[in-house]
Amino acid sequence: MRLSSRDRRFSLSLVAPSIFLLLLVGVFPLVYLLVVSFQGITMTELDTSFQGLRNFRMLFDDERLWQSLLHTVIFTAIALPLELVLGLAMAQLFIDKLPGRPVFVALLVLPVVVSPIVAGATWSLMFDQRFGPINEVISWMLGGETTILWTIKPDLVYPAILLAEIWQWTPFMFLLLLAALSAVDKSQLEAAAIDGAGWWRTFFRIVLPAIWPVMAIAILIRALDLFRLFDIVWALTKGGPGTMTETISIFAYVKGFQQFETSYTAAVALMIIVLLSVVVMAALKRVELTR
Amino acid sequence: MRSATRHRIKLALRLAAASAITLFFVFPIYWLFMISFKTADEIYSYPPTWWPGQIQFNSYAVLFKDGDATTVWNSFVVASASTVIAMFLGTLCAYAIARFRTGGDHLANWIISQRMVPPIAVVFPIFLLYVWLKLVDTYIGLILLYTAFNLPYVIWMMRGYILDIPRALEESALVDGCTRWQVLWKVVFPMCRAGLFATAIFTFVFAWNDFIFALVLTRTEVTTYTVQVTHYFGGQSNFWAKISAMSVLGTVPIFIIVGFMQRYLVRGMSLGAIKG
Repeated sequence: MRLSSRDRRFSLSLVAPSIFLLLLVGVFPLVYLLVVSFQGITMTELDTSFQGLRNFRMLFDDERLWQSLLHTVIFTAIALPLELVLGLAMAQLFIDKLPGRPVFVALLVLPVVVSPIVAGATWSLMFDQRFGPINEVISWMLGGETTILWTIKPDLVYPAILLAEIWQWTPFMFLLLLAALSAVDKSQLEAAAIDGAGWWRTFFRIVLPAIWPVMAIAILIRALDLFRLFDIVWALTKGGPGTMTETISIFAYVKGFQQFETSYTAAVALMIIVLLSVVVMAALKRVELTR
Repeated sequence: MRSATRHRIKLALRLAAASAITLFFVFPIYWLFMISFKTADEIYSYPPTWWPGQIQFNSYAVLFKDGDATTVWNSFVVASASTVIAMFLGTLCAYAIARFRTGGDHLANWIISQRMVPPIAVVFPIFLLYVWLKLVDTYIGLILLYTAFNLPYVIWMMRGYILDIPRALEESALVDGCTRWQVLWKVVFPMCRAGLFATAIFTFVFAWNDFIFALVLTRTEVTTYTVQVTHYFGGQSNFWAKISAMSVLGTVPIFIIVGFMQRYLVRGMSLGAIKG
């Protein structure tokens, strides 16, 4: 499309303020991180001399960093498929006529819109060893007083955090997939039924291809959210016990704002950005977001 | 006859399953809310009480007396101010991208990818900048960051809504002698009112519910409600009544707002992939 010079000036004046602000938070931090990550600023010294790649070499030897990255991957690898499958199953349950459906859906929206930090606080109330309802129900089922330390015992912290995470975001998958399922062409489903195709066959041949574009975007959104997982873990364990549940975001927070390893944190933040950019670029190529 | 019975059994089973699932998702919220109405004796009783014996508002009275409740006001100020600015700037930018293809696909893709950067990686250099500019713990600092962080979302969503408007309407307005700006105010904005409204609500909720930016960039003056909630986490035990009441104060407004916009929820959450 060819624009007259007046339209061109007009369109640029519309875009300029937004681009300016985006550069401020999009590009400035990147440049600043780059500068700081080559210096040697820590809590005790303000060493702004050029340190070369020292901070980046430290990245490779930092066991705790790679552990936190691994934890993040574990959370994502377990939570994402579970949220997807559960959300899809729920959508299937609600897709046919069901009395009171609007009420159910309105209630199921609630976890998604609660602040994640509040969701984490809520589950810390739920998991409380003595006054929480979860241990109470388990006690009742086992017929004796049980105190399970959900957020403290090493083999229980992951299930606890995952439960809270899945509780909050399964409804997100559910809502998106329900909308996608309602848009599937009914006549195709009827034709498949007449041809005698079974449920699974119909699902894989007709339903899944039809809802895939929405599903792909839902997966992308959730994967990126899980990669930055912070609030729920912060509320439940603060990354503990020890550093067992520390995610990459929590690690960066602790390094930067509790241990004040400024230059090293800059290197960590840069690594996060680069890592994510690669993944996002690859993902955006596959997902059809731009119409 | 037999098939009718089977149909009824199936429906009953589905209703039972739906109820059980909904109970699972709603119960934690019920539990959170209910604790704020309990007395301390009831909160710390074993076994737990499933229903408060008597509804009392003491936990809230304490929050208002201590001034902790003002953190909700802080959340409101930064969320609404940043929403207004982001909506204004973002919609203009979206219009240019939708109608003039300013910057082409590259700009649109760059903008949406800005949304995907983890907040911790952004907030760290911003914090260092704010220390230098003396913007830590100020309304302006938070508003500026929320505005910039929400801009990609606004631009992306409004671009979709504007593309839904038939171009012919704008062209006829131009022919009638309107300037470009007049077309924006008189045709485009009114036409995408619903989209503006829905996007603004989402923008507001993002800023309102944010924790990590506020955690890093506030101290005592502009603490938001999400940060305030975590102030009640104790080393040994939590201050439950306060956690609960503070969370309810911050959550109820969101529930009310979302109740009004059910219709736009799915489009907003799916980044426009699903049109409602």
